[in-house]
Amino acid sequence: MEVTSTAMAGTLESSDCQVTVEPGTGIDLSIDSSVINQFGKAIKKTVLETLDRLDVKDAKVTVVDKGALDCTIKARVEGAVFRASGYSEDEICSGKKLPWGGAIR
Amino acid sequence: MNPNLTRLRRTMMFLNAQKPSLIKDPYIYKPDSIMLDLEDAVAENQKDAARYSLYHALKEIDYHGVERVVRINGLETAHWKEDIRVCVAGRCDSIRISKCESAADVHAVETEMEKAEEEFGVEKGSILIMAALESTKGIMHTYEICTASPLLFGVALSGGDYTKDLQTKITGTGVELAGARQQMIIAARAAGKQCFDTVFTNLDDMEGFRKECEMIKAMGFDGKSIVNPRQIAITHEVFTPTQKEIDFAEKVVKEVDEKKAQGIGVFTVNGKMIDIAFYPGAKRTIEMAKAAGVYEGDL
Repeated sequence: MEVTSTAMAGTLESSDCQVTVEPGTGIDLSIDSSVINQFGKAIKKTVLETLDRLDVKDAKVTVVDKGALDCTIKARVEGAVFRASGYSEDEICSGKKLPWGGAIR
Repeated sequence: MNPNLTRLRRTMMFLNAQKPSLIKDPYIYKPDSIMLDLEDAVAENQKDAARYSLYHALKEIDYHGVERVVRINGLETAHWKEDIRVCVAGRCDSIRISKCESAADVHAVETEMEKAEEEFGVEKGSILIMAALESTKGIMHTYEICTASPLLFGVALSGGDYTKDLQTKITGTGVELAGARQQMIIAARAAGKQCFDTVFTNLDDMEGFRKECEMIKAMGFDGKSIVNPRQIAITHEVFTPTQKEIDFAEKVVKEVDEKKAQGIGVFTVNGKMIDIAFYPGAKRTIEMAKAAGVYEGDL
């Protein structure tokens, strides 16, 4: 997927994470987390794997984590990437189908 | 027949599907069902984000046997078809139709579910349906809604929207909901379906909540929609047979079986006159006790 605009998903509430995706060259990832020492590597792995599944090659990705589970991190990365790649809710409701079980899994 | 059609549903707890803190571990409170909400709890500009969150929750969180119902957006919105795709792809247990007003609404949802089942290779009929009745028209059409699909397991009252349509408000006395509750339970039972009451939102009035639970139990309802884990224990207590009721039901079932073999139609149990008409109710009490995990007998 091609990131063509800046988009964000998620919140700064406990158990959530806020992911911002912007156009960039290569993958430029930064992570800020209250549990960076224990889970920093795991968070990075989940984010990179999710970007890989979505076939995102070029993007600046900023993650602010508040103790999110893996499933939440995936959901927020997907949310930001799809929003930044032309999948607005209006487009989705107009029939642009999301790949549940495919790139989203 | 899908065994979940008649499963125990004393409590159905609303949770915003977009809030990770709510959906990560609600099973610890042991509700019978959770209702992951894509509708009113989710802001209009977060509908897409809620679906990603829902999908991964359904696929990756072990809810320990708690039923996972998803409330989709109303059929008058643009969101509901993609809501159904994510529900089916994520293999939720049941889909709750918002603002259901007719059999046609149920059929429309069924049609989209079938398309999604085909698309995602999900067994047909494995995901059930329930309908939320939120308008006077919906209440008037309860029976046609209940009989619209073999996949529909029950109907639930949504008191807030219903009272707006009725041009009144929730008073706390229940008078404004009396007609709807009565109409719903009669129609649901006539159709052989379950029936669930609306939420009670005043969390400072637990005594009022208990009284409402006792009233709807007496009316015949199967359970209640709830908004807070604090409401679970009270609801389960009200909707679970007491040991005294179980003991009596057990005696009735055993005595009816025994006396029937002896050709006796009427007899007494604990001083009460009993005949075959008591049998279905007693059997139901035993089944309810079994489902609630409190039956230790041998029936």
